[in-house]
Amino acid sequence: MRAIVGVQAGVSGQVRVLGEAAGAASLRRRVAYATQAASVYDDLTVAQNLRYFARVLGVPSREVTRVTELVGLAQQAGQRVESLSGGQRGRVSLAAALLGSPELVVLDEPTVGLDPVLRAELWQLFRELAAQGATLLVSSHVMDEALRCDRLLLLREGQIVADTTPSELLEVTGTSDPEQAFLAIIAARGDSVESPRAGSAPMAHAPKHGGGDPR
Amino acid sequence: MFLRTFATAGRVLRQLSHDPRSIALMLLMPSMLVGLFAWLFSGQEGAFDRFGGPILALFPFILMFLVTSVTTLRERRSGTLERLMTTPLGKADFVLGYAIAFGLMAVLQALVTVGFAVTVCGLTVDGPLWQLGLVAVLDGLLGTGLGLFASAFARTEFQAVQFMPVLVFPQILLGGLLMPRDDMPAALTAISDWLPLSYVIDAVNAVATGDEGWELGRPLIVICAVLMVSLLLASLTLRRRTP
Repeated sequence: MRAIVGVQAGVSGQVRVLGEAAGAASLRRRVAYATQAASVYDDLTVAQNLRYFARVLGVPSREVTRVTELVGLAQQAGQRVESLSGGQRGRVSLAAALLGSPELVVLDEPTVGLDPVLRAELWQLFRELAAQGATLLVSSHVMDEALRCDRLLLLREGQIVADTTPSELLEVTGTSDPEQAFLAIIAARGDSVESPRAGSAPMAHAPKHGGGDPR
Repeated sequence: MFLRTFATAGRVLRQLSHDPRSIALMLLMPSMLVGLFAWLFSGQEGAFDRFGGPILALFPFILMFLVTSVTTLRERRSGTLERLMTTPLGKADFVLGYAIAFGLMAVLQALVTVGFAVTVCGLTVDGPLWQLGLVAVLDGLLGTGLGLFASAFARTEFQAVQFMPVLVFPQILLGGLLMPRDDMPAALTAISDWLPLSYVIDAVNAVATGDEGWELGRPLIVICAVLMVSLLLASLTLRRRTP
């Protein structure tokens, strides 16, 4: 994900995003990124954070109100980020990534640590954004979330082990449980599944492609 | 470009405004230390006039160095710098934004400290007072510039603080405060010619003795040049791509 937004050093090979080299200056308004940790300023209020990022991006300040409402933090706009809960902080970070309606939004585990209600709300928001034409690239290690996407990339130990869709994944592996499906794919490749925690098994998936393929 | 620089400076100041204790420390601590120093030498006639100026140069430099290196490091570690590096924000916007914000603090700090040293501690200089203020401002800015640069080499706040003894203490020892630079062993005089703080102390001494021309101009030019170079290096060591 860091390679796609162009902040990863030492990348071999080529990464092209929206038709340009990853990290190209022209992509800095078109691609947005929210890291796994809420990368916002703890000692500023929600609105102050978003106003700053809006000015950096050069988008009008009415965007601040729009994204604040989008992530459901209108009530907390005047509160300092340090006084918010972990889930709310993550949503401030998400709101910053949505400023200026970028074409590609890269989200690193955006639903980690959220309660089921919030998670469902966020996925609904992702759906809406995708319907409006944005491409979202979401990483998660929760397999249930994979089923909410249009396209799935399963990664294991840095390798893409499957490029599929939720229905295809379940069909091919003959299971109804996405977790089992993932394990079945690993097993089919002949890897050991005895210690699934030993290797990293994250998964990237992208909901509906309104725009171009991010890769 | 300047919009983003000033947006960054404004953001840094806004963060600072939420931390009144840091502001108080930044503005008042140098005065406290100068006051302590004046008290220490109160029994010796003329001693504070001789050492007071150079001491005045020391505290803003140390304090701004520390504050800047720790704050920028915090930004590196919190992930906000990484986020900014994916936006149209230029590296120079980031560095200059910090330099402007902390430079403003350095100006306020210099006003308070020089004012305190002169009115409360009775510091007298032969040159005009505004020159002393100017040197104090440049001194704080120099600390800011070097702090920005140093933070590039620190991975943790702990390391950033450890840069103090490495980068700052030798400058204090060799800067001409403890011993006139010309009286040092030749090798150390040569080294002190390369240390920026030496020029701050030269400049303060020039103001103290009322020298106006090249005696004051030369160190000021050197300080400004080092400041520019450190800001340039700070923005060059900022990486969009990190491991």
